[in-house]
Amino acid sequence: MNAAGFPLLSLLTFLPLVGAGILLFIRGEEAVVASNARWTALWTSLIVFGLSLILWFSFDKTTADYQFVEQMTWMPEFGLGYHLGVDGISVLFVLLSTLLTPICILASWESVQTRVREYMIAFLVLETMMIGMFASLDMLMFYIFFEGVLVPMFLIIGVWGGARRVYAAYKLFLYTLLGSLLMLLAILTLWYMAGTTSIPELMKLQIPRNMQIWMFLAFFASFAVKVPMWPVHTWLPDAHVEAPTAGSVILAGVLLKMGGYGFLRFSVPLLPEATEWFAPLIFALSVIAVIYTSLVAMAQEDMKKLIAYSSVAHMGIVTLGIFVMNHQGLSGAIFQMLSHGIVSGALFLCVGVVYDRVHSREINRYGGVAKVMPVYAVLFMGFTMASVALPGTAGFPGEFLVLVGAWQVNPWVAFFAGFSMILGACYMLWLYRRVLFGRITKDEIKHLLDLSPREWLTFAPLVVLTLWMGLYPSSFTSFFDASVTALLARHEAALALPRLAGM
Amino acid sequence: MDSWTLILPELVLAVAGLLVLVAGVIPKRDTSYAVNMAVLGAFLLAAVLVMMQPEGTAYAGQYVADSFTKFTKLLVIAGAALGLLLALDWNVKQNLAKFEYPVLLLLSTVGMMIMLSANDLMALYIGLELLSLSLYVIAAFDRDNARSTEAGLKYFVLGALASGLLLYGSSLIYGFTGSTNFDRIADAVAATEGVPFGLVVGLVFVLAALAFKVSAVPFHMWTPDVYEGAPTPVTAFFASAPKVAAIGLLTRVAAGPFGDLADQWQQVIILCSLGSMILGSLAAIGQKNIKRLMAYSSIGHVGYALMGLAVGSGLGVRALLLYMAIYLFTNVGAFAVLAAMRRQGRSLEGVDDLAGVGRTDPAMALAMTIFMFSMAGIPPMAGFFGKYFVIGAAIQGGYMTLAVVGVLTSAISAYYYLRVIKVMWFDNGVGALDARPASLSVVMAGTGLFTVFFFAFPAPFLAAAQAAVAALVG
Repeated sequence: MNAAGFPLLSLLTFLPLVGAGILLFIRGEEAVVASNARWTALWTSLIVFGLSLILWFSFDKTTADYQFVEQMTWMPEFGLGYHLGVDGISVLFVLLSTLLTPICILASWESVQTRVREYMIAFLVLETMMIGMFASLDMLMFYIFFEGVLVPMFLIIGVWGGARRVYAAYKLFLYTLLGSLLMLLAILTLWYMAGTTSIPELMKLQIPRNMQIWMFLAFFASFAVKVPMWPVHTWLPDAHVEAPTAGSVILAGVLLKMGGYGFLRFSVPLLPEATEWFAPLIFALSVIAVIYTSLVAMAQEDMKKLIAYSSVAHMGIVTLGIFVMNHQGLSGAIFQMLSHGIVSGALFLCVGVVYDRVHSREINRYGGVAKVMPVYAVLFMGFTMASVALPGTAGFPGEFLVLVGAWQVNPWVAFFAGFSMILGACYMLWLYRRVLFGRITKDEIKHLLDLSPREWLTFAPLVVLTLWMGLYPSSFTSFFDASVTALLARHEAALALPRLAGM
Repeated sequence: MDSWTLILPELVLAVAGLLVLVAGVIPKRDTSYAVNMAVLGAFLLAAVLVMMQPEGTAYAGQYVADSFTKFTKLLVIAGAALGLLLALDWNVKQNLAKFEYPVLLLLSTVGMMIMLSANDLMALYIGLELLSLSLYVIAAFDRDNARSTEAGLKYFVLGALASGLLLYGSSLIYGFTGSTNFDRIADAVAATEGVPFGLVVGLVFVLAALAFKVSAVPFHMWTPDVYEGAPTPVTAFFASAPKVAAIGLLTRVAAGPFGDLADQWQQVIILCSLGSMILGSLAAIGQKNIKRLMAYSSIGHVGYALMGLAVGSGLGVRALLLYMAIYLFTNVGAFAVLAAMRRQGRSLEGVDDLAGVGRTDPAMALAMTIFMFSMAGIPPMAGFFGKYFVIGAAIQGGYMTLAVVGVLTSAISAYYYLRVIKVMWFDNGVGALDARPASLSVVMAGTGLFTVFFFAFPAPFLAAAQAAVAALVG
């Protein structure tokens, strides 16, 4: 039953809350409270990460079944249950969340000086919501965690964010909320049709075609905003720019993946006919996202905004990969989500490093940083290359697989999506040149210090992963191979039924 | 069982009220503290008696006790007791510590309990008037304050009109069915071929009067003014217990005697529900006074609750009861925060006066954040489950319009709930608020824990609501 022998997923999900609970009761001088809060949060998240490694080592990669399953009754008369479990699609996202949280806490070690305790509580609550969302096997639980993410994120951006933080926090919250509420309608309809919200049970449901179309739209409203897809991406640049560094890292690293994960978990397996029907629309939106937001990224004067737009472009590749519905496309999409989580997270950390020193995100305020911060320059270069999908880095396998998958379906789509790499190279390298190279013209740049040991520590795991994912992607793809195969088989079978009926 | 002992809870409360009144008048010194405690004790006793109450009817079928009355009465008593707790410190600080206040709360609670147990149009009217007369007085309890007296007068004039509507409707119903007893009316409705026009008119009049009491659109006009003018603990009371009682009564009238006329009253309730949700979400956006904001918010919440009734199914009524239970506690908690808004002894009412509370009093800001997120329906707070059940019932009944409007207005209303949170956490204030009195802290903590942890222990509430519904719709 449970490979770990104890309720591992529940522990992972709720341990951060325990840490947050402890933080609530810290008393004393402000400086002492802040220091205690940092260490408590760090240790909590490290313990969670350590526990989550059990998933990495004892996950059975040969099966597409749910593993580490925990089930309890919750509101039986409503068909709602407490149901946790991971399969090949979700397990790595759980690990991504547990990895990025301690990194975020380390990254905020010095940059957050006000209301440290509240900040750490928000981050730990956020971790609970993220892990819970990826581990939920009950639709309502999924929704609760999915929405619950907004609460700490709203506060993180609004309290510790930049100048226009209120606007950005509102935009993030209301955009996502409206989308999610439409998804709630779909969830309630499914609940009514099936009498249960258990995801494995729902997979057995046959939904009439016209219902599928409506439900797809409802889910789409939520996931498309979260991914975000063009044209509902506008909340993302604002949120990224105003969020504190760690907020951006989590936002890009994990929160955006919730949309893609939602497509994989609900839209594709539950609504096969609608998936097929809407695929061309998604292709179009994805390709527009890739080309348009890449061009927009080129025009940005703000480093974070530039990376935010590049995220939209990269997530366009993800949605494309999901909906081409073949093995390469799906594997590539999942891989791209994971690698983007690592790489864009690292890029936001890179911006954070210089922002902590100069307190500006404007590209014009920099120039020649490489001369005073050589180690930083090397790191930034590495992540830039990963972002433009240089072979050998984490960015390459995912993007390549998606393009291969897309080529099989429609070469033109693959052709235009391929601009992702070209345009990506343009804006990223240009950013790199403007910030790192050239003559130092500003006085404040002259006295910058290179990476501190703490910053080293935050980057080290990301560097290792970026190279590992690029050089030996199989250790990651092997996790979700079986699940992707099963998903495709399901999809084919579901589509074959109405075709047979039609003959 | 037809015995006077059935009404023991009401009797005990009424007698306690009279005794306390006497005890308050005779001594020369200030007795308000002792009276408050005695009334709280009486509430506790009544709650125990309600729980032990056997089921049955009394007074020739005028009074009914079943699991529906048990559920709603316990809510009402809890709401009244919490309302009194909110007033303890407030009344002292505002020089309103008079012993009449708890007595009036107690009498209004008796009225509400009679309303909920009414199985006859006459009993209904008596209960409603006992409640209303007490409310008119406590709305104007701060009698030297022009706004408070205006609130009382406004509420009285409009409330009297509503009572008139109720009586007129009752007389029509009596005329067309030949009885004021709910069971007889149900029999008569079932026996008649077609639907007599006069009966429908009477029904609509009665519904209008009750809609006035629950402040559903289009009978909501009094709400913002009265909520703003009345002293804050009074507003808290207005927005909690009487609302639950009136919604409970509305449900009983609709599902009991007029169950066969569902087609007729459903249209009315659907319109009220849609109107309330839309107005509640839009009109609150521009409010600067937080009590006015809460008034519109409560109109919106009534809209959601009525959605459960509009659906006209057992599932819907259960959702309605759960919604009201969750709303009651969340609302009282939020008002506890409002009652604690005081700087240098002066009470504050602006949304902006909460600025910086996240820094100066994080515990209270956290509690208010929980209440606001709950009202906005953000999981995992209790308010989400309320909306989930109600909208789920609407979808199950096929009322997609209600469900979609409910979802959209819920997103709109999130805007103004977020504004409160924003002001508390993001903005910088002019200074700390006065220290919170212990009574308010207790209420905040209790309701806050309920709101956050409802998701972990929903079973007893679901079971109680289910039993209550079974008594009503069978």
